[in-house]
Amino acid sequence: MSKRVILLLPIALFAVLVGAFLWGLAPDRDPSQVPSAMVDKPAPDFDLPSVTGLDIPGLKTGDLTGEVILVNFFASWCVPCRVEHPVFMDLAARGDVKLVAINYRDEPADAVAWLAELGNPYSRIGADLDARTGIDWGVSGVPETYVIDSSGRIRYQHIGPMLPRHYEETIRPMIEDLRQ
Amino acid sequence: MIAEIGHFALILALIVAIVQGTLPLIGAAQGRANWMALARPSAQLQFLLVLTSFLALMQAYVISDFSLLNVVQNSHSAKPMLYKITGVWGNHEGSMLLWILILALFGAAVAAFGGNLPPTLRARVLAVQALVSVGFLAFSLFTSNPFERVFPVPLDGQDLNPLLQDPGLAFHPPMLYVGYVGFSIAFAFAVAALIEGRVDAAWARWVRPWTLLAWIFLTAGIALGSWWAYYELGWGGWWFWDPVENVSFMPWLLGTALLHSAIVVEKRDSLKIWTILLAILTFSLSLIGTFIVRSGLLTSVHAFATDPERGLFILLLLCIAIGGSLVLFALRAPMLKSGGLFAPISREGGLVLNNLLLAVCTATVFLGTMAPLFAEAFDYKLSVGAPYFNLFSAIFGLPLIAAMAIGPFLPWKRADLAGAFDRLKVAGGLTFGAALVTWYLQQGGPVLAILAMALAAWLFFATLAEWADRVQLFRIPAAASLSRAMRLPRAAYGMNLAHLGMAVAVAGMTASSAWKSEEVRVMRPGETVVVAGYTYRFEEVRDMRGPNYFSQVGRFTVTREGEPVAELTPEKRFYPVQQMPTTEAAIHTNGISDLYAVLGDSDGQGGWTVRIYHEPLVPWLWVGCLLMVLGGCVSLSDRRLRVGAPRRSRAAPAPAPAATAAAATS
Repeated sequence: MSKRVILLLPIALFAVLVGAFLWGLAPDRDPSQVPSAMVDKPAPDFDLPSVTGLDIPGLKTGDLTGEVILVNFFASWCVPCRVEHPVFMDLAARGDVKLVAINYRDEPADAVAWLAELGNPYSRIGADLDARTGIDWGVSGVPETYVIDSSGRIRYQHIGPMLPRHYEETIRPMIEDLRQ
Repeated sequence: MIAEIGHFALILALIVAIVQGTLPLIGAAQGRANWMALARPSAQLQFLLVLTSFLALMQAYVISDFSLLNVVQNSHSAKPMLYKITGVWGNHEGSMLLWILILALFGAAVAAFGGNLPPTLRARVLAVQALVSVGFLAFSLFTSNPFERVFPVPLDGQDLNPLLQDPGLAFHPPMLYVGYVGFSIAFAFAVAALIEGRVDAAWARWVRPWTLLAWIFLTAGIALGSWWAYYELGWGGWWFWDPVENVSFMPWLLGTALLHSAIVVEKRDSLKIWTILLAILTFSLSLIGTFIVRSGLLTSVHAFATDPERGLFILLLLCIAIGGSLVLFALRAPMLKSGGLFAPISREGGLVLNNLLLAVCTATVFLGTMAPLFAEAFDYKLSVGAPYFNLFSAIFGLPLIAAMAIGPFLPWKRADLAGAFDRLKVAGGLTFGAALVTWYLQQGGPVLAILAMALAAWLFFATLAEWADRVQLFRIPAAASLSRAMRLPRAAYGMNLAHLGMAVAVAGMTASSAWKSEEVRVMRPGETVVVAGYTYRFEEVRDMRGPNYFSQVGRFTVTREGEPVAELTPEKRFYPVQQMPTTEAAIHTNGISDLYAVLGDSDGQGGWTVRIYHEPLVPWLWVGCLLMVLGGCVSLSDRRLRVGAPRRSRAAPAPAPAATAAAATS
C-alpha cells in the first residue's frame, strides 16, 4: 500500500507544478508588468545615504518632487541591470529626463566598481543596504524603474530590464504626458 | 513556392506522425504484426518530411526571401552567410522546427538501428516517440508557423540579435537540442516498458547507448553555451545560474543519474522502478525547459519572444506527455519485478549514492529556479541568486565528487571499504600534496575552494589509480600491464576519461571562481596596468567596419617581466539595424590561465573604460568538458554499448568491467 502511495508522489508533485504554471500563465500576470501596490501613491518616506566611495549625493523623498523623475533600482550583482544600463547612459547623455537610482542590497565597493566600468548616468544614488526602502516601494527584484510625477507620486513601475523599445514605446510617451 | 512545399511537408509529417503514434500501438496490443511493422517506415518517412520542411526554411534564409515573416524578423541581406544559416534556429519558430527535426531524426535512427529489438517493444517505442512528435508538430503548425508570408514584402530584414551572431552560439542550440531531444528515446523506452510491464537487463542495454548519445551532446552543448557566455558577454564569467542555463543543467544532472542507474539495471536486475522514473523525469525536465524558455513564465536574459497562447499550448503538451507518463508509471510500476536487495557498500550501493546526490542536486536547482514563481503565487516576492546555487552545489556536489573517486573501486554485490581505501593510499597522498601546493600558491584562500581543489585532485588521482589497479601497473611486468590495458573494455576507458574530465573541470570551476583577479579602470592610450603579474599596455583604439556592424578595436600589448606575452584586441561592435552594441572580449590563453580584456565606453576625453581579468584555470574547464565528451564517445564505441549492438554482445559477452574489477581484487 505504502509503495503505491510513493509511486503516486511524482504525479501529485507534477500536478502542483502544473497548477503553478497555469497560475503563472494567467493573462493578467506578466512577470515584467506586475504593478506594485505603490503605483498611484506618493513615493514612500525614505532618506538614503550616498553610496560609500561615490561622489554623488544620496536620495530622499524630498528629492522626488518638482519634475518628472525616473527612479531606477539596480545592483552590481544583477545581470539584467547590465543589459539595461546602456539605455540609461543614452538617456543621461541626451538629458531627456532626470534620472536617479537606488542601489539595492549591494556592497558599496562593488557598486562603485560597477559604475566606474559602465558609466554613471544617475544624478543621485541612495544606498539601500538592507532593502528596507525597496520593500517600502514594493520592489520585487532588480532591475525596476519607477516613473514619478512632479508632485512626487509614483505613476508607473517597470519590472525587469528597460530595453530601448520599453523606453520608446511606454516610458517616453508617459513622461511627455506627465509634463503637459 | 518552396516555402509552401515546406509548409505542406510539415502538415504531412503531422499526419504521418499521427498514424505512427496510433496504429503500431494498437497493433502491439492486439498482436497484429503488419500494424506494428508500420512503425519503422513511417518513422523514416516522418523524418524525410520534416527534413524537407527544414531545408525549405533554410533555403528561404539563404536567399533572403523577405516574403516570409520569419525571415524578415530574423535576417538581413548584409548578414554573413554563416549567420543566415544559423539564423534559421536563432528564433522561436525556426528553433522549434529544428527541435522537431531532431526528434524525427532520433525516431528514424531507432527505426534504422533497432532491427534487433523485440517487435512489440520497437513498435511501442516508435509510437510513443511519434506521439511526442504529434504534439510538437501541432504546436508548430498552429501557433508558430515559420512559413507565414508577409505582404507587402519588405525591402530588407530586421537582422538577427547581434549577440547570436557568433560561431559559439551558432552551433550550441543544435547540440543542446540533440541532447534534450535525445532523452526522448529514453522516455519512449520507459513508457513502452511500462506498457509492456517488463524491464530487464536487455532493456537497459538498449536504453544506455541512446541516453549516452544524448548526454554527450548535452554536455557539449552546455559547455559550448558556457564558452559563448564567457567570451561574448564580456563579463568574465562562464555560468550565471540564469533560468535558461538552469533548465539545460537539470536534464544533464538527471541524465547523468540515468546513465549510472541503467548500469545497475543491466548488471544487477535491480533499481528498475527508479530507472524508469529517471528516464521519464529527464525528458520531462527537457520539456519543462522548452516550456519555460518560450512561455515568459520566468524572466531571463536570453528568453525567446513570448506569447501566452504558446505557453498554454506547451503546458497542455506537458500535461499530456509528463502527466500521462507519470499516471502510467503510478499504475504500472508496481508490476515491475525487482531483483534482490543489495549491500550498501558495493558498486551498486555507490551508484545509488550517486543517483541520490544527483537527484538532490537537480531538486535544488529546480527549487531555486522555480522559487520566484512559487513565492509570487503566495504574494511574496523573491529572487534567488548565485549564492544560493553556489552554496548548495558545494554542499551536494563535493560529497558527490568525493564518492565518485571511490565508487569504481567497489566490486558488485559486496565490497570492502577498507580494501578500497587501501588501494587509494597513493591517490590520497598525491591529493594531500596537491592541496598543500594549492594552499601554498594561493597563500591560503577560501577554505571551501581549497577543499574543492583537493577533491578535484582526489578524483583525478583516484581515477588514474583505478586504471593502474586494473592493469596491475608496476605490479606485473610492463608488457603484461600493456596487454591488460589493451584488453580493457572501451566502456572502462570511457568511464575513466569522463571522470578525469569531471576532475579537471571541477578544478577549473573552483579556481576561476575563487582566484580570479580583475581590474576596471579608465585608461588612456600609452598607460599601463598590472594584473596578476602581467603588465597590460593600452596602445590605441581604431575604428573598423564589419559586414553588418561598426567596430572600435582596442589594442593591448601584454608583457611579463619585460618579456612580450601577447597582443590583445578587444572590440566594441555596434549593429546599426538592431541598434545594439556588443562586446568582443579578447582572450589569450596559456593553458593554465586566460588573460581577458574588454573594451568599454570612451569617456569622451581620450580615456576608455577597460576591464582586464586574469582567469586562472578556465581553460581546464573546457578541457574537462572535452574529456567528458570524449569519454562518452569512447564508451559509446564499446561494442557492448554500440547503438543496436546488444544482441550480438549477448552471444559473445566481453569481460564486464565488474568481472575485471573483481579479478583485480582477488
